[in-house]
Amino acid sequence: MKSLVGLWEKNKMDDKEKKQDSLYVKLIPYFEKYGILLLLVIMILVMHILQPDVFLSWRNVTNVFKQISWQSMLALGVFMVIVTAGIDLSVGSIMMLSLMILAIVAKAGAPWFIVVLVPLFAGFLCGLINGLGITLLRMPHPFIMTLGTLYIFRGTGNLISGGTPISGFTDEVRYLGHGRIDLTWLGLEKSQYLPVSLVLIAVVYFVFWVFLNHSRTGKWIYAIGGNPSAARASGINVNKILIIVYSLCGFLSGIGALILAGRTDSGYPNAGLQSELDAIAACIIGGASFFGGRGTVLGVFAGVMIMGILRNGLNLMDVSSFWQQVLIGSIIVLAVYVDVLRRDFGTRK
Amino acid sequence: MTSTNKLLLEAKGITKYFGTITALENVNLKVHEGECLGVVGDNGAGKSTLMKVLSGLYKPSAGALFFEGKEHVLDSPKDSQNLGLEMVYQDLALAGNLPIGENIFLGREPTKNIGFLKFLDFKKIQEMTSAHLEKLKINVKSAEQKVEELSGGQRQAVAIARSTAFNAKVVIMDEPTAALAIKEVGKVLDLINKLKSTGVGVIVISHRMDDIFTVCDRVMALFQGTNFAESQLDKTSRDEVIGWIMGKK
Repeated sequence: MKSLVGLWEKNKMDDKEKKQDSLYVKLIPYFEKYGILLLLVIMILVMHILQPDVFLSWRNVTNVFKQISWQSMLALGVFMVIVTAGIDLSVGSIMMLSLMILAIVAKAGAPWFIVVLVPLFAGFLCGLINGLGITLLRMPHPFIMTLGTLYIFRGTGNLISGGTPISGFTDEVRYLGHGRIDLTWLGLEKSQYLPVSLVLIAVVYFVFWVFLNHSRTGKWIYAIGGNPSAARASGINVNKILIIVYSLCGFLSGIGALILAGRTDSGYPNAGLQSELDAIAACIIGGASFFGGRGTVLGVFAGVMIMGILRNGLNLMDVSSFWQQVLIGSIIVLAVYVDVLRRDFGTRK
Repeated sequence: MTSTNKLLLEAKGITKYFGTITALENVNLKVHEGECLGVVGDNGAGKSTLMKVLSGLYKPSAGALFFEGKEHVLDSPKDSQNLGLEMVYQDLALAGNLPIGENIFLGREPTKNIGFLKFLDFKKIQEMTSAHLEKLKINVKSAEQKVEELSGGQRQAVAIARSTAFNAKVVIMDEPTAALAIKEVGKVLDLINKLKSTGVGVIVISHRMDDIFTVCDRVMALFQGTNFAESQLDKTSRDEVIGWIMGKK
């Protein structure tokens, strides 16, 4: 009789454990996928409570999107590179060089469609140089190649411009960074417009989400990050894919240059200084792994947004930019620590 | 029993030099349909080099490869794959961050066209994976499971499934049980037997006499890059094979 009770107790416990197990198993993938969005929502709520009148106003929200517009392009490029277990330190310099070339071509009086295409092409070429260097020159790590080009591209940008700002672009050139989509036809006020850069972010992120998740090349990018020798043994041309990835990263930096040209109406030598670190930070906060093969486009977007909202919110509250640095650094460490905990949690099931 | 079956793969007089080093000299090898050939030899005996020649990774300095009676020159692993000759690597060659199905079809993913763009056909990958795992009686929770969540034995099973997903006729396995827990070794050996029963010719490179004597029909020993000895399995013994590895007859 006693043993029967014991057995029953044990069964009950087993059942309980099973239930917990299935709950873990059910929750983990969601947490993995959407945990970072949860953090983003919490941040928005906190900022809203702290600044109820301003933070969620139309003007401020569009402002945040305008501010993150060019960083979001760099972050997306760096993200793809990080998925392959690589790194690109040169995106800020690529953007600056593309911007300077744009400015020079614009000053030379080229028609606007040429001026618009030039930075995209220049960015793509810079990325191609990175990709070729990493694969053909067999650099031991992309860190080294892109550290080199970080200096080379910025130096070149300064050489061709003489290190001085070049200002004044036409409206067509500035459209992506500065354009407004009028919403008065929806019954909204004139001040409630949609920034073109916001639409651009949405389109570019969607296109790259499709590319990374639904094309063979995208799948191979993840496979290379997971196990490059497996990718090679599967007949994937790893070098070719890496060259594509770095070229696309450069291309996105070129888009960033075009947006920045629109926003600032000027090509200036300090453009994008240290922005490669912001881009890397956004990827890491968004859940990308330095060891490659892990991370989502949505996560990177959340990472960019978190950094943008943090800066914006702290500015609204008049917190010094020194504190912003401390906070962003802390969030990077915290985000990765949460990721470490999640991994422990995941393997303990 | 096997000598009456169709000859699938034959290597004749394979010689491979690396600079002044002779890795293989005049090595011959045969595999028939539904037969498992064990290849044994000490480290440096030339086993891996021979397998890399067979899979098209290395070009032999001399000698010829015949597949189903026809001579072929292999320029890359793609060529050997196209013939139906697959390799299961020792380090498993799987991407842990991808699901089982996507690993099995990695590099050869089915796609569907929408307009002029090609998209991955996840539904087809899923269906083909389930059907293939079913055929080989490999049990996993789902084809969506990531490979890094699997045990060593399950991973090896996935690697073997991957090698046979495209109607392979000959599968070459490099130390298929080396990285496995003892209780999982049996499952992988069962899987090799299942492959044989479907008519696939299997070449197993292994140090483990248990593996050789469980699944192989014939065993050949390499010693210092040459054919040293060969026998039907029922006409030899473990001690004799171990002697061959050390160069004693």
